[in-house]
Amino acid sequence: MSEKRRFRVLVAKPGLDGHDRGAKVISYLLKDIGMDVIYTGLHKTVEEIVAAALQEDVDVIGLSIMTGAHIPITEKLIKQLKEAGAEEIVVTVGGVIPSRDLEKLKSLGVKAVFPGGTSFEKIALFFKEELPALRQVI
Amino acid sequence: MSGARYIKEGEEIKEAILESGIKVKTIYTPEDISHIDYARDLGNPGEFPYTRGIHPEMFRKRPWTTRQYTGFGSPQETNERFKYLISHGQTGLNVAFDLPTQLGLDSDDPRAEGEVGRVGMAVDTLRDFEIAFEGIKMDKIGSGLTINAVASIMLAMYQAVAEKYGFPLDRISATPQNDILKEMVGRGMWIFPVDHSIRLIGDTIEYSCKAMPRTYPVSICGYHIRESGANPVQEISYAFEIAISYIDHVLERGLDIDDFVGRLSFNLDIYGNLFEQIAKFRAARRLWARTIRDRYGAKEPRSMQFRMLAGGGGAGLTKQQPENNIVRGAYYALISALSGTQTMALCSYDEAYTIPTPKAALISLMTSHILLEEMGLRDTVDPLGGSYYIESLTDQMEEKIIEEMQKVEKIGGMAKAVESGFVQREVARLAYKQEQAIQDGSLIKVGVNKYIVDEDEKEVELHEYDPSALDEQVKRMNEVKRTRDSKAVESSLKALEAAARAEKNVMPYLVDAVKTYATVGEMTAVFKEVYGEYNEPSIF
Repeated sequence: MSEKRRFRVLVAKPGLDGHDRGAKVISYLLKDIGMDVIYTGLHKTVEEIVAAALQEDVDVIGLSIMTGAHIPITEKLIKQLKEAGAEEIVVTVGGVIPSRDLEKLKSLGVKAVFPGGTSFEKIALFFKEELPALRQVI
Repeated sequence: MSGARYIKEGEEIKEAILESGIKVKTIYTPEDISHIDYARDLGNPGEFPYTRGIHPEMFRKRPWTTRQYTGFGSPQETNERFKYLISHGQTGLNVAFDLPTQLGLDSDDPRAEGEVGRVGMAVDTLRDFEIAFEGIKMDKIGSGLTINAVASIMLAMYQAVAEKYGFPLDRISATPQNDILKEMVGRGMWIFPVDHSIRLIGDTIEYSCKAMPRTYPVSICGYHIRESGANPVQEISYAFEIAISYIDHVLERGLDIDDFVGRLSFNLDIYGNLFEQIAKFRAARRLWARTIRDRYGAKEPRSMQFRMLAGGGGAGLTKQQPENNIVRGAYYALISALSGTQTMALCSYDEAYTIPTPKAALISLMTSHILLEEMGLRDTVDPLGGSYYIESLTDQMEEKIIEEMQKVEKIGGMAKAVESGFVQREVARLAYKQEQAIQDGSLIKVGVNKYIVDEDEKEVELHEYDPSALDEQVKRMNEVKRTRDSKAVESSLKALEAAARAEKNVMPYLVDAVKTYATVGEMTAVFKEVYGEYNEPSIF
């Protein structure tokens, strides 16, 4: 697998919340830095997100969560990925994320957390520098 | 993510370009407004084209209405908060609903898990409305209802609860948002496909004109479109195109324009450049009057008057140094007052990181009181009218709004522009560009990318979520279900389905169903069955 290949990212909005400005801005950013982006649209259950990730054969799922329910949702998603034998899919989380929850998310297996206001530079760095390594190690 | 772009030499501003793309000159003189004909383009307040305001005396006669966001948690808490704000001089109520209610899901639906009562009040049956409005003088105070996809159901509930408490229907006033096209652009609380959603809005307009004549059945929200990234010109253009699609639909039913258009109002956003916003509102008022008169042949002055709620402005607030948002809020309130608003709703200073605390909501309310009582904003109407700069800018904004409207009309109107994803794409792209500009420092946000003050990191306070609220809500719903006449529920839902299939106005059937204590989920399920569901267009 060449490092130069295009990674496929599923930007996902789990739950009922309809605030997707952040998800759409990030989708544009990821496209700009050379990712293939698929956006789930709103009101998706975790089950629907996992199914979409498998069907689209993505490298990354980027969850966008503003409601405060980031921990239970992420936990559920990672569990279902494992059950589907797709634990190699990298999971990132963005949105309204209090800093006290960063460690907890990492311990669940999240590879990067981007709370609101994270610089584009930092996000781009992860996808361009760290992601290729993550996808090869696994 | 607001304000103008500047080209500088050293500290000197060489060029100032507003968000709308208008270049601001160093000075404005009588020459800039020499083409303006006072009677034709401005008129006195209360006179066509209402550029200076829709009433002759404006705030002298009646100050603007202040309305703060309320209604989280349970119906009891909502009721307590209503009474608290009324006792502090609030003159209009505003009800927020939780996400399951906004999406037509009952509190025991698996998809509602973790969301019941979180960002607003949970409503399953009429019982919840009875609790929330207990002891509220519904003939004296109106209510904004932050509800869209199921606005028809909530309007039926509002009628039913008013009847129950003995208020005559011609005395009550509700303002549901009821603007589904903007949900598809910006806020995401849609359920049914575009055409059926518009039909439901048509039903509420047609019905309330007769049954609840003081109701404002639709509040067209440029607000959320702007919050999603649109510039001020697009905010107004898209709001107008949305209004036009609702108006055209209602006209097809054979109503006369003057029967209903005066009951439409607008909910608009305030953040960004002060002068650009004021000009935006004045231009909107003029263009609306001209559109309604010339395009639709309206005769009644009331029909041509642009009524607005101007609220400010979540996207302008910052999480950093949140106290600065009190200052921003005061400027937004000033803009709203100088623009001749009917209603003011300010975001609270803590809204960038939490649902407003009572203290923060009170500061917003007092901000409005201070303007009214201490700053002389009631003294004279449209104090900026005649300013070389303001009038010139008002003109330019109007031109830009017309241009942007034409883009949408070329596609075939707002319904098509939303179905195809055109508007969503425009707005999301601008949101991305604005974020880029903030990150590269070309757009200044005090405390974010300039004048940064070291402070303890402000932890995001997520509104305490009380899981016992869910138990209580579900318990209440089950209790209602146990004691209601299930045969009456069943037959009212059947009648509702038949009416929906026959494309009759569903409102009387909803009122009947609501009164049998049918749940929001049950009524929504009927509509889903008949109408189907909306599919988001892909924009990437």
